[in-house]
Amino acid sequence: MLKVEKLQAWYGNSHILQGIDLEVKTGELVCLIGRNGAGKTTTIRGIMGLTSRVEGRVMFDGQDVTKQPTHTRNGLGLGYVPEERRIVPGLTVRDNLRLGLLAAKHGGREADVIAEVAETFPRLAERLDQDAITMSGGEQQMLAIARALVSRPKLLMLDEPSEGIMPVLVDEMFELFARLRDKGTTILLVEQNVELALGIADRAYIMDQGEIVYQASAKILLADAAIQERYCSV
Amino acid sequence: MWRVVDPLDVFLLRIFILDGLTPDLIALQLFTGLALGAIYVLLALGMSLLFGMLTVVNFAHGAFYMLGAYAGIALLGIGVNFWLCLLFAPLIVGSLGLLAERFLIRRLYGRGIDYPLLLTFGLSYMMVEVIRIVFGTNGLPFETPDALQGASDIMIGYFPTYRLFVIAVAVVVLVALWLFLERTPYGLIIRAGARDPQIVRILGIDVARVWLVVFGIGTGLAGLAGLLAAPLQGASPEMGASILAESFVVTVVGGMGSLVGAVIAGVLVGVVVAMTSLFAPEFAQVAIFALMAIVLLIRPQGFFGRAGLMS
Ligand SMILES: Nc1ncnc2c1ncn2[C@@H]1O[C@H](COP(=O)(O)OP(=O)(O)OP(=O)(O)O)[C@@H](O)[C@H]1O
Ligand SMILES: [Mg+2]
Repeated sequence: MLKVEKLQAWYGNSHILQGIDLEVKTGELVCLIGRNGAGKTTTIRGIMGLTSRVEGRVMFDGQDVTKQPTHTRNGLGLGYVPEERRIVPGLTVRDNLRLGLLAAKHGGREADVIAEVAETFPRLAERLDQDAITMSGGEQQMLAIARALVSRPKLLMLDEPSEGIMPVLVDEMFELFARLRDKGTTILLVEQNVELALGIADRAYIMDQGEIVYQASAKILLADAAIQERYCSV
Repeated sequence: MWRVVDPLDVFLLRIFILDGLTPDLIALQLFTGLALGAIYVLLALGMSLLFGMLTVVNFAHGAFYMLGAYAGIALLGIGVNFWLCLLFAPLIVGSLGLLAERFLIRRLYGRGIDYPLLLTFGLSYMMVEVIRIVFGTNGLPFETPDALQGASDIMIGYFPTYRLFVIAVAVVVLVALWLFLERTPYGLIIRAGARDPQIVRILGIDVARVWLVVFGIGTGLAGLAGLLAAPLQGASPEMGASILAESFVVTVVGGMGSLVGAVIAGVLVGVVVAMTSLFAPEFAQVAIFALMAIVLLIRPQGFFGRAGLMS
């Protein structure tokens, strides 16, 4: 589904990604973990075409998308929930969802899609006509996820969705990710919440200083306290 | 901007001198302010749209306004009637705006505010020069269409029909623009793109295409304003220069990027100018800038501007 080859990225003159190789197969839930500043966000932004200077190759769904603009990548089925959530202020919850639906290719009716969202996220259903930015952090995160989902992406990339969210909601959210994966959405999940993430993931990559330093099945990693200690403890 | 130009103003002034300041006279002058404000609103809406969405401070906005008047003259010259001019002049100007965006301004997005500012500054000089070459350096008259000549009774007195018409057109445009922005998918993209173009891209929408449309709308509105102003003051290559400064004031007072702000500030500045013209005509021009200074001292971001938009 997704294959990243020797991806390098720069911010100005600082060389951030040193050559990332990473693969997510269809139907997998893959986790990308690592300390603050390891380059996880930069990797995802690179995959989405949002970094200004990159080298290497990004293959998605059998196509080389390295040169494609961000909106085209979304159109091919690449969904992305950014770390900052980016709920559009001044727009209602409904309008934020509509925005996610505008470019969707599946042609589902707006009412049906919103009903689907309401089922998955009852909290959002109660707040459809509220200015989205006035919602709590957890609700905004739900909305960001829902907004990425309405276009039914083939691969959903989530950047630290559990950041700053109360534990009950985090559990709920991770259950949702597992369910989505079981229903066929491929997922690339960036997380600091290592144990929870590994609990639902199939495989994981560990990043440090702009490089992939370790990869293994989630089960093995979960059992390997030494590795976790070395790369993930804050 | 027009001041005491048509006979009706002279007529009003005469009542003023003979009868003193009657409430009706003030009310009529208020209407004059509204008509002037209508032109400002159309200009400032476009400016604010371009700034809010594209962070382009369009120095060529006055020149597009001027082109609107000359497009009208050209169209009337080939026998098109005024009502169709009302449609086609903004379309012509908007199309030129599209070309300017597509081939010039687009290259400068993301390079800071000064590049497009300098480009549009240069562009405005070129447009004025081209008009001078084609239509001559002198101003040209612009007939008020027959159906809109004379004055109409508006209960408090007689008011020039054409100015009522200008107010009406501005109201119609406002409602249409509002519906477009609030009720259509395109409007949704524009509203979202003004706040956060990146998320719009992430959600699969080609923002560049939207920006093109926005530029067309903004410049088209300027063209419409120029066409509407032409029967009041004629057309001249320089007509855009002075109104540019005034519409900047309106845009800044309303809050850069705010459409509601553009409307309220446009009307306010129009009324302030009209009222100052009545009491102290020589201060009309100064009043605009005094108003801006006061507003900016109290509220640096303008009425509806978001703080820190420029940073
Ligand atoms: N816009 C930017 N300009 C310059 N440097 C940046 C920028 N964004 C990130 N960096 C640098 O790039 C490196 C990787 O950052 P990145 O955001 O990818 O890390 P991360 O693994 O997502 O961290 P976190 O867990 O804190 O989100 C860091 O050293 C960071 O300081
Ligand atoms: Mg990050």
